Amino acid sequence: MNQQKLVKPYGDQLNDGAVQLSFTLPIEFGPLAREAAKKFCEKLGFYEVTIATMEDLHEGYTFFVVYGKTDVAVDVSSIKVIAPKIQRLPREKIDELVLQKFKRPIVVVGATIGTDAHTVGLDSILNMKGFHGDYGLERYKAFRVYNLGAQVPPIELVRKVREVGADVVLVSQVVTQRNIHIQHLTELMELLYAENLRDDLLVIAGGPRITHELALELGYDAGFGSGTTPSEVANFIVQELLKRRGL
Amino acid sequence: MGRPTIELDSKLVQYARSLAKKITDDVQKIIDEHSTVSTERATLRLLGVDGVVGEEQVPLVNVVLDKLKEWNMLDQGAFKPVVSAAIVLDKDVQQVCEAIADGLDLRTLPQPKRNIYEAFSQKLVEEAVARIKRKSEERDALLRELGDPPKPYKYLIVATGNIYEDVVQARAAVFQGADIIAVIRSTAQSLLDYVPYGATTEGYGGTYATQENFRIMRQALDDAARKVGRYIRQVNYASGLCMPEIAVMAAFEGLDILLNDAMYGILFRDINMLRTFTDQYISRLVCAYANITINTGEDNYLTTADAIEKAHTVTASQLINEQFAIKAGLKPQLMGLGHAFEINPDIEDSLLYEIAHAMLSRELFPDCPVKYMPPTRYMTGNIFKGYAMNTLFNLVSSMTGQSIQLLGILTEAIHTPYMHDRYLALVNANYVFSATRHLGDEILFRPGGFIEKRANEVLKKAVELLEHISDVGLFSAIEQGIFADIRRSREAGKGLEGVFKKGEAYENPIRDALERELGVKG
Repeated sequence: MNQQKLVKPYGDQLNDGAVQLSFTLPIEFGPLAREAAKKFCEKLGFYEVTIATMEDLHEGYTFFVVYGKTDVAVDVSSIKVIAPKIQRLPREKIDELVLQKFKRPIVVVGATIGTDAHTVGLDSILNMKGFHGDYGLERYKAFRVYNLGAQVPPIELVRKVREVGADVVLVSQVVTQRNIHIQHLTELMELLYAENLRDDLLVIAGGPRITHELALELGYDAGFGSGTTPSEVANFIVQELLKRRGL
Repeated sequence: MGRPTIELDSKLVQYARSLAKKITDDVQKIIDEHSTVSTERATLRLLGVDGVVGEEQVPLVNVVLDKLKEWNMLDQGAFKPVVSAAIVLDKDVQQVCEAIADGLDLRTLPQPKRNIYEAFSQKLVEEAVARIKRKSEERDALLRELGDPPKPYKYLIVATGNIYEDVVQARAAVFQGADIIAVIRSTAQSLLDYVPYGATTEGYGGTYATQENFRIMRQALDDAARKVGRYIRQVNYASGLCMPEIAVMAAFEGLDILLNDAMYGILFRDINMLRTFTDQYISRLVCAYANITINTGEDNYLTTADAIEKAHTVTASQLINEQFAIKAGLKPQLMGLGHAFEINPDIEDSLLYEIAHAMLSRELFPDCPVKYMPPTRYMTGNIFKGYAMNTLFNLVSSMTGQSIQLLGILTEAIHTPYMHDRYLALVNANYVFSATRHLGDEILFRPGGFIEKRANEVLKKAVELLEHISDVGLFSAIEQGIFADIRRSREAGKGLEGVFKKGEAYENPIRDALERELGVKG
């Protein structure tokens, strides 16, 4: 058994539990707002709560910057992180690698499936523009990208996969209610199996509520959450395909 | 407040403008041969047609256009058949459109006598034009009464999806110091080939642009403006598939600024080129007549292409946007050409580059209220670093004399702004602008120094690019991916089916009147 390792936030002394917070309350600027902010932080479990500043946002709103201390600690020895294993290669290197080993661009089909109308996640990975100053897959010579956009029925996506001979499917699910994203992801996976397409494909899910662990559970090859950059996805795709196809 | 100057190669400036003029002359010829469904719907709106049909809430103007298309009458435009019907049926234009929705078939109607039609048309056109004029005079009067805030104007965006919630946030922002409030639109509204109707309380990433939402925000801002004693400008977006209609609604409701770019929709929304070029023309005629400032979207280029390497594409596009604007009768005072502070902050002397680019925009377009956009591309989750970047952005704007400052938000790239994110943006801008109010008067850039040289270098590259575009034509240039590294084909893109070649019987007396009033088109 691992030895417990308890960790608390660090201000300037080990285990001081110091945290900074900022938030707005819909309360008019004044003593009541200050007390309410303090109480709120205490309810969150902070003590030695200091309201560093409170400022009038007008129209009955007040902004706070608060410092507090906490006794809450996490046992890091009990945490397992499941994440796709990738080496970070630069874009030029990926382009070169694909040209050398595949001798053609990797075909990627991406879509937001089901009722979800939001392409922000998908676009940030696929579009030229990318995300956080990190270029999207369209920018790579290594990929030929088909971005089908939002609200694509899974059957439509599967048809496109066959039509263009996709190597990779990227599915994004951003806004979901009552876990409908899991239904959609499951439905797609079942279709891919039914159509005998699953085995040759790399199937990847992404979105704020997607974790790698969840994706693996649903039979996907990888899952990427919020803040994923296109280059992480690009690296995963290339490295995983090289491995699988023994190139 | 004064601003520093730099010396640009004046021959090159002149040559650049002549190239941009030639490029847009070629496109304008094509524009003049075409019309679009959105142009025709805007024409009907100018005639006072409003409202929606059925549970689906289809705008009445869309219903009418669909019918005209079905009857193969589209190539004569919407004005003539609808106005003719009003004459022979002795109804007003709104009633005719409602009757069409109820099943009236215009093909069965006799034609009115030409002289009666012309007299009646003229009356309708005068009413439409007068309605816009009245509103614009009303705005001028309020601006004079309340006074114009100093430049750069502090521009903030609200985007809750609920117009009533937007109002609360907008008013709070005004009391905190904002001069301009934009209500960003719901994701993908630009791809709707109709304008939604009524007050709306749900949207994703923004609030639907509807005429009623315009009205609600206008009222709230005017009320707040009176309380703070300075004029507050209202912004919305005339981009996407409904540029002309949004422009008309904005003119009716007294908006001050519309985002309106001749190429943005093509590049960033994959809207068909011909559709966008045609639509931008009509929408700009309306803006010019309604005294609405346009803001162009060059800043977007730098979110996909490198801000140093591709700085000249911004300049080239500004020059093209300027020429299109001139063709639609817009005066320089209404041309809010765009640029942005998007250079990688890790680059040494990035601030010098930013100053050089900002000075180039100022110097090339001295009479335009240039719109300066904040860092977005290199904003990370590190909100503290982001706040520092926004401080430099505000500094450059103040010292180079920019006009419209879209305030940087420290949580850019994380989520849509929280209320206090906007507040902190204003704290930053209020501090920097006040601290540097007269800095511009005191600055002299070293003649032949880095800034002047860099500005001329960008101009020179812009000229080379314009030469190339002039050779191949703007349509082909876009097909080659010259702007923002994005390629678009002229035969593709959304909204192409809504473009049509004008027939011999085509008429649009309202557009003709606007052109006449604005002194464009002989």
